[in-house]
Amino acid sequence: MSWSKVWTVARIDLHRLFISKDYWIPMVILGAIFFVFIPWVLLGVVTRPQSLEIVSQIGDVLTSLPGAASDVVRGETPQARAAYSLAVFLLAPVAIVVPLTISSAVGAQAIVGERERGIGEFLAHSPLQIREIYAGKLLASAIPGYVATLVGFGVYSLIVNFRAGPIVGGWFFPTVGWWLLIFWVVPPFLLVALSIIVRLSARVQSTAAAQQAASLVSLPIIMASYVASSGFVLDPTLAALIVGSVAWIFAIWGVASGAKAISRERLLGVGIDTA
Amino acid sequence: MNPEMTKGIHLGGVSRSFGEIRAVDNLTIDAPRGSVAVLLGPNGAGKTTTVRLITGSLKPNAGSISVLGMDPAVDGDEIRRRSGVVPPKPALYDRLTGQDNLEYAARIWDADPSRIAEAAARFGIDHALHMKVAGYSTGMRTRLALARAVLHDPEILLLDEPTAGLDPESARAVLDLIRELAGSGRTVIMATHLLHEAEGIADQVILMGAGQARAAGHPTELAARYMKDPVVIVDAENRDLLKDLDRYNGVKGSVWNGALHVTLDSIEILPDVVAGLVADGVRLTRIEPMAATLEHLYFEMQRQLREDNPGAIPPPEVPA
Repeated sequence: MSWSKVWTVARIDLHRLFISKDYWIPMVILGAIFFVFIPWVLLGVVTRPQSLEIVSQIGDVLTSLPGAASDVVRGETPQARAAYSLAVFLLAPVAIVVPLTISSAVGAQAIVGERERGIGEFLAHSPLQIREIYAGKLLASAIPGYVATLVGFGVYSLIVNFRAGPIVGGWFFPTVGWWLLIFWVVPPFLLVALSIIVRLSARVQSTAAAQQAASLVSLPIIMASYVASSGFVLDPTLAALIVGSVAWIFAIWGVASGAKAISRERLLGVGIDTA
Repeated sequence: MNPEMTKGIHLGGVSRSFGEIRAVDNLTIDAPRGSVAVLLGPNGAGKTTTVRLITGSLKPNAGSISVLGMDPAVDGDEIRRRSGVVPPKPALYDRLTGQDNLEYAARIWDADPSRIAEAAARFGIDHALHMKVAGYSTGMRTRLALARAVLHDPEILLLDEPTAGLDPESARAVLDLIRELAGSGRTVIMATHLLHEAEGIADQVILMGAGQARAAGHPTELAARYMKDPVVIVDAENRDLLKDLDRYNGVKGSVWNGALHVTLDSIEILPDVVAGLVADGVRLTRIEPMAATLEHLYFEMQRQLREDNPGAIPPPEVPA
């Protein structure tokens, strides 16, 4: 397998996405909602002096946590502790939702979209190996979502520190857990989802069907990420390491076996309804 | 040298089915290097499937395929690297420019990017390379697809309806290029349902129907095989006197098609027929021995095959 060929396949898809405003404008809006608007509003509400009732409710929840979890939460006042927990724990799954949503939209079209545009025939007659096509499509699907997450992470860090930093006691974000989340947990979750979505894209008859299937795949993975993120409250570093390691095992298996779902016949649309 | 290496493309008894449908059925084709083979047949005859089998994009259910001495099932990547394909739909990235499309293909085939301008100029599309393909006309798309197919100087050229949507001038340029490529040792297989396209460029015509090669050979050879009896076009000022032409010695039959198409036993009796007509007072305005065009050949072959195999070839559909 030639990585330069993989990059060639990925690059043309990325180029196409980059010049398609109808794709990236909604995606930018989505990222902005999750990484900017929601944290800005929520942290704004929590840090307002008038929000004592909400803060005390969050404080009650925090005091009911086991000792180890409670110790992780920083801040001298209930308001600071509420803001810290909101920024560090409650919004953590957003880091999974955004890349999955963005990337699954690309991944769902990876093969069936090419077939519908007639490009499948071109790829089928090309000297590209099936694994190169698959890896290129996977990369082209993963990059937009992950880049959006990295950019969102940077913006989110600024917002959190700007909004909650003054009451928590200085700039505290990103925490070790979040670094691990972004660089160790998110990539395998993304790859697991995309390895399934690109497979489905090779098997379904239309882009609409692929989008439906992608939603079905993304939903349980997003839910799994929410469940997993609850462990972050107990021990963020350990939880991130464990969740990430398990996800990487699934990701490596999923990516390695995913190419089998693609064939030149499927690029041509042959035997799709019997698949 | 392995004798297979001297061959361009060989299909031996190849079959390929899709469920119940037999798209290609026991098809045998031999296209030596430097030759042009034209797959001629109506839509659904199996032409596109044949092209896909040659590149190894589809695997046959039965039979053997050899391309440049290699088996597509084993050396498919190498065969595809040395082949240029123009699919029935041009298969281009609409949102990208013509230049982007050609650069992408150049990277895939490891072609020298400096060939892009040359290939585009060859098909008269160089002036539009900066434009997005979405703004191209059908003819421009086809020309870009053709430029892309020859970018890497392929040894095998597989053209599936390459002139679809082209204006006559562009279509002629494509056919000239095919002739030129074959002249320089490339093997060309062209699938078409347009009879006149094959005229003059085909070293071999393979008449396909229901996935089978109904007949194959050089057009002249096929003409000798299927059009044994010469046909002469006859017309006169007093056409009513031509209606008794069938009673002349050596005239096998006649059919009115704009002018009278008269089938003779042999061309040698034509002077006698003409003399007889003149003696009977026919004022002749046209006597023209008809050259066997591929179109005549095609319909004659279809007619004879239908007679020989009743039910095997359905009669042509008449538009409502």
